[in-house]
Amino acid sequence: MSIRIHQINKRFKDFVAVDNVTLELPEGELTALLGPSGSGKTTLLRIIAGLEQPDSGRIEFYGEDATHQHVSDRGVGFVFQHYALFKHMTVYENVAYGLTVKPRRFRPSKDEIRKKVMRLLELVQLDWTAHRYPSQLSGGQRQRIALARALAVEPKVLLLDEPFGALDAKVRAELRRWLRRLHDEIHVTSVFVTHDQEEALEVSDRVVVMNQGRVEQEGTPEEVYDHPANPFVYQFLGNVNRFHTHIESGHARIGNLSIPAPELTDVDQKSGLTYIRPHDFEVLAEKSAENAIHAVIETVLVVGPTVRLELRTDSADELIHVELPKHRFRELGLLQGDDAWLKPLNSRIFLASA
Amino acid sequence: MIHAASRQRNVIPGFTLTMGFSLLYLTLLFLIPVGGLLLYTSLMSWEEFWRAVSHPQVVASYKLSFTASLIAASINLVFGLLVAWVLVRYQFPFKRIVDALIDLPFALPTAVAGIALVTLYASTGWVGQYLNLFGIRIAYTQLGVVLALTYIGLPFVVRTVQPVLEDFEAELEEASSALGASRLTTLCRVIFPTLLPALLTGFALAFARALGEYGSVVFISGNLPYKTEITPLLIVAKAEQYDYNGAAAIGTVMLLAAFVMLLIINFLQWWSSRRFSH
Repeated sequence: MSIRIHQINKRFKDFVAVDNVTLELPEGELTALLGPSGSGKTTLLRIIAGLEQPDSGRIEFYGEDATHQHVSDRGVGFVFQHYALFKHMTVYENVAYGLTVKPRRFRPSKDEIRKKVMRLLELVQLDWTAHRYPSQLSGGQRQRIALARALAVEPKVLLLDEPFGALDAKVRAELRRWLRRLHDEIHVTSVFVTHDQEEALEVSDRVVVMNQGRVEQEGTPEEVYDHPANPFVYQFLGNVNRFHTHIESGHARIGNLSIPAPELTDVDQKSGLTYIRPHDFEVLAEKSAENAIHAVIETVLVVGPTVRLELRTDSADELIHVELPKHRFRELGLLQGDDAWLKPLNSRIFLASA
Repeated sequence: MIHAASRQRNVIPGFTLTMGFSLLYLTLLFLIPVGGLLLYTSLMSWEEFWRAVSHPQVVASYKLSFTASLIAASINLVFGLLVAWVLVRYQFPFKRIVDALIDLPFALPTAVAGIALVTLYASTGWVGQYLNLFGIRIAYTQLGVVLALTYIGLPFVVRTVQPVLEDFEAELEEASSALGASRLTTLCRVIFPTLLPALLTGFALAFARALGEYGSVVFISGNLPYKTEITPLLIVAKAEQYDYNGAAAIGTVMLLAAFVMLLIINFLQWWSSRRFSH
């Protein structure tokens, strides 16, 4: 384990930003800290960097206590949401900065610095911008320069604070794929903060879901998506339908539906919540399956290749959201106002918290 | 259609009106007085002019005025930056009052300031008597001139640097630290270059103000010929003796010198903002 975060606490006046967080970040992996705003993910990242001091707890880098080490001695690379490039320096000078500020004894020669900077600029595919100023580059290019600058000092850990947050959707998508490829090339232990679940799931090796200063769940992207540990994670990772249900002898009841709840077989006569993702419904035009619920299509939204439906069941006051591929919807031949039957394919049931 | 297209209209209305007003304003306030000054001077013969402006007493006053103004502006450059830094970066009691006090030299009549400085720094004054023990005399010396000019120039540097410092992104400092730079390195290589254009502007303003200052200096300098006489004082003295030509001649020299120095500072400013604020 390269980085250990042990029982870290941090308050800002009355606000608990980080609440007793213990985490281990595996060497060479790209970990995403995912959570809504105010969940403490950025504060935790800044504590790892040394830009913020924890009220209590320990940070260890490769077995060494780094809790009280100053940020400039920690050997971290930090990438900011708004790039934080030095405007009065050229791209070259920006990337070389971390090397030129080293004490003379440790400072590489001018020639070595030049080679290294050019190699990094090639790595981020921006070697042709060396003599430009940051203001002459686009947002995506600036962020790649910021990354090259952070990598120049060969950090023990690379920390990225919402690195794509200030970019538009298309550049964002490109850049995160690029970051994934880059990480596969250089394998530096990395942590990045994001509130975008898609980004976290797509880019990272591991996802740490945070909420209200606590870690809700950690695991591979697939694990947290397919097996959310609690309702919060379920709701935060993508859209979901939530049904208030009654649990009877290990089965959840929604209207005439009965869904087996294998985790709750010994639970009887309790109220619970059933979560079903919009794409985990099979839509039927006729009542051809036993365990299907009747609903009326209220709205049809075509978003590119998928169709989003809003349906109202006979009993529920809330609408059910369903997603299916456009070709599948065409095959069904359903229209707005038609009757449909929904068969849940995948669901998760939690006991309602007292 | 052709007619409409051929007549280009500015998006912001009122160009003619505002430009006309600005020109009139500048003419009344600036061009006519300066023109009058040059006119008076041009009435003199070359010999008369030269005699008026090169009199040893006058030359001594130029030296004092320019060196004292430069020294005062330099002191303000350093301490004005410090004051601006403290006001922006730290929280302390009565901060807003201290902040408001900075503007006092703008508002206080300069004569009042001059008299106050004399009261404090005369060899029998509250502060002066202790400095006197160490053999430091401020009132009626060139040191007194520098002191008065420093006093009136302080707000210029503080007020030009303060907003730039307030807008400075904390992330730039954090980025510098994370890259391994010490506090001092961050200050020299990241913060200072960003502030340089504002510092130069503040310096130029403080310097220009000091050159023209009269009220506060005459009380503390004692106006000893060849020693503590500043050029504006000589101009007033000549005008009081109805030697308007002589006064205008010295005024012209001051005008030209000030113009050249401001030009140089403006050039430096232009250069630094090109170099440091991309």
